[in-house]
Amino acid sequence: MTDIRADAFDSMRERERVRVEEEERRLAAERRKIARDGPKLKGEKLAARLDLAWRRPPGIIGWLATVDHKEIGRRYILTALGFLALGGVLALLMRLQLSKPDNAMIGAERYNQLFTMHGSTMMFLFAVPVMEGVAVYIIPLMLGTRSTAFPRLNAFSYFMYLFGGLMLWGAFVLNVAPDVGWFAYTPLAGPEFTPGKRADVWAQMITFTEVSALAAAVVLVCTILKARAPGMTLSRMPLFAWAMLVQAVMIIFAMPAVALCSSMLISDRTIGTNFYNAAEHGDALLWQHLFWFFGHPEVYIIFIPATGFVSMITETFCRRPVFAHAVVVLALMSTGILAFGLWVHHMFATGLPRVGYSFYTAASISVSVPTGLQIFCWLATMWDGRPRFQVPMLYVVGFIVTFVIGGLTGVMVAAVPLDLQLHDTYFVVAHFHYVLIGGAVFPLLGVLTYWYPKITGRMMSETLGKIGFWMVFLGFQLAFFPMHWSGLLGMPRRVYTYPAGLGLEVPNMLSTVGAFVVAAAVGLFVINGIWSLYRGVIATPNPWGAASLEWATSSPPPVYNFAHIPVVESETPLWDVDGELPVVTGLRVDEKEMLLTTVVAATPDTREPVPQATLWPFISACAIGIVFIASIFSPWAIAVGVIPSFIALTAWFWPKELKRTAEPVIT
Amino acid sequence: MILEPRFTDDLSDLPTFKFGPSSLTWWGVLGFMVIEGAGFGLAFAAYFFLMGHEQGWPPEGRLPPDLLAGTLFLVIILLSEIPNTVIKRAAKAGDVPTIRLLLPLMVAVGVVLLIIRGFEFNSLNCRWTDDAYASIIWALLLLHASHILTDWLDTVVLCALMYTPVAYEPRRWGDVDENSMYWRYVWMLWIPIYLMIYWVPRL
Repeated sequence: MTDIRADAFDSMRERERVRVEEEERRLAAERRKIARDGPKLKGEKLAARLDLAWRRPPGIIGWLATVDHKEIGRRYILTALGFLALGGVLALLMRLQLSKPDNAMIGAERYNQLFTMHGSTMMFLFAVPVMEGVAVYIIPLMLGTRSTAFPRLNAFSYFMYLFGGLMLWGAFVLNVAPDVGWFAYTPLAGPEFTPGKRADVWAQMITFTEVSALAAAVVLVCTILKARAPGMTLSRMPLFAWAMLVQAVMIIFAMPAVALCSSMLISDRTIGTNFYNAAEHGDALLWQHLFWFFGHPEVYIIFIPATGFVSMITETFCRRPVFAHAVVVLALMSTGILAFGLWVHHMFATGLPRVGYSFYTAASISVSVPTGLQIFCWLATMWDGRPRFQVPMLYVVGFIVTFVIGGLTGVMVAAVPLDLQLHDTYFVVAHFHYVLIGGAVFPLLGVLTYWYPKITGRMMSETLGKIGFWMVFLGFQLAFFPMHWSGLLGMPRRVYTYPAGLGLEVPNMLSTVGAFVVAAAVGLFVINGIWSLYRGVIATPNPWGAASLEWATSSPPPVYNFAHIPVVESETPLWDVDGELPVVTGLRVDEKEMLLTTVVAATPDTREPVPQATLWPFISACAIGIVFIASIFSPWAIAVGVIPSFIALTAWFWPKELKRTAEPVIT
Repeated sequence: MILEPRFTDDLSDLPTFKFGPSSLTWWGVLGFMVIEGAGFGLAFAAYFFLMGHEQGWPPEGRLPPDLLAGTLFLVIILLSEIPNTVIKRAAKAGDVPTIRLLLPLMVAVGVVLLIIRGFEFNSLNCRWTDDAYASIIWALLLLHASHILTDWLDTVVLCALMYTPVAYEPRRWGDVDENSMYWRYVWMLWIPIYLMIYWVPRL
């Protein structure tokens, strides 16, 4: 009996094997007919066919379905700049309120909402997403490839970010904005002290942005490790790609901490757990540990991409490779690692064991070493190079000056005795705006000017750019330097007013004036951006004479980025080619395909199909977004919402045609 | 102007799929494993942080969780590695009939495990609202339950896909291979969680 069954099974397997072999032969014959780029298929004929294969469907459906990294990157950048403007308006409102003592323009409660919205918007909706957005746009071009890894995940990540931002600002408009500070300390943010939905809105905004940032981080890590042009070994990889690799890995390790602690907060608030409830043996300090285990690396997650911008700009505008490439890479990595060892310096005022004080002081001071090394490398590059002080380079110089001041006050507050005096004063506000605006926003404005011609095909106005730079730079110093002074005088942050007669009038008035100068400069930047879009000088493929591969394609790049995949033979490829760009060929032209290379040596590894445009990432983001928002009101939303989310995600992955093709396509 | 191309290698004969670190999705799965690992690691840290504040663990007057359901779960999930390994090898060999035979078994194992998980929640001897101890052990169990559930859903979809003609695409074998890799991660994580929920309170 068993034998007969076994025989039947064997003969079934045999028939199946024969059928599959036949199919393989048929597919192999079809495979030989596939059109590929090469010496016989190049130029305009190739461009037309690639364009047809890579172009997304037109209209609103196509807009929502796109998986083109350039479109998604542009949206990321524009959305983040929109949130920058909104967060900036809140800052101006706060500065107006603080411009004179005992001001009654904004009440205490509204003021609490303003600074919470300002911090949350700037950290979660502007700083991290704008860095991801620039990387999503530029990294594939810089690496010489046609797409990011997992382009649908990339699209999903953008929509999650957008929905998270809209939820937070929708809540603000509906007067349910969070009011517990951007780090939402328990027990204040717990159910006992903040009933209502304000803190829940904050916690779910975190959930949206963390899902989005983690997805984008995985996309970037996989792109950087696997999609580099042949020959772009890790040691030849541009410093911006290195910076983004370190940053994305940091997101992968840091974001789960805030995911965990904000989930625990919302469960304390909605289903009655006791993680932070001291009455039931929970601990409010658990919040601070988990939050800062994320929150401190977060600062470097914002800063490290900016160092990548600085390296790229410095290289181009000094016309020599960045001095000591390997040292800069090692500095990036050690900054990334050290960043996880010093979160407790945010908690000096909570009381720690003696040895904890010493350890975290030492760790905090030590992180200035790799950062200092990078600064010396940039200075050496300028000293040895032939710097051209155009707008992007001016921002680099402004960055170095401002960031060094912020770094020095950072070393100061790393010392416990001083920190205990200055904790929660305007001195700290001055410090972190110096490192965040000086360290990240200045390089960002520089790099937006630098990559603007690549993205739009036109140059930004140099004159407006220079005026804008000096306004930002000087306005910034005017706004934030006096805060050191008001902080030393003991002015606490997050208090909506201050009494007259304590010597706080002058520094606060100066800060307010400076804030408006910065706002005017940002406005000028926007005007320049819009004006140049229509009237700017038409950009050549490589208008700055730069060395990296994003400048090897037209400005703006075609939808498929490169007609042939470039080959890299040095650290500065475009400076070292002799009129001709070495390329590899053999990728498909009638379907979307990219080249994968090995992780370290970047030798060609496989040809990878690139997913076609689809609405499912958008639909998935909608389904999951509704679950996140509904779960503020009922925990059952999660149980119910698993079903539509599962359906949407399955449809995302399920092949639309269930038959074999000569070579894989992702439909 | 755009530089003229200088043609070097032709890559038409490059494969369109390879297993392991050559596969893009392998890196993607690894990325999400690290993300989850970081989340679990921090949850473990929170567990020991809260435990450090207590005189007894579980706090006085509370019984530690009953062992039966959790231990049964452990035994079954460890045994599930046997078919899992066979599937992983079959995936590498492109042996579709074996994959089609055994993936439904993994789906069934998932159902059994999810049912036992339900009994586990019932045997913790506390409710999540009781105190911080109760909250954290519920959280650990729930986190792992969601891990099991997501992998189970993934396996169901994959299993369905392997019964279609595209099962003979090497890329799909890669999916099976990576699904097996992920399942290993799921059961490996269960070992420390099992010890923390069931045995640390008995020390």
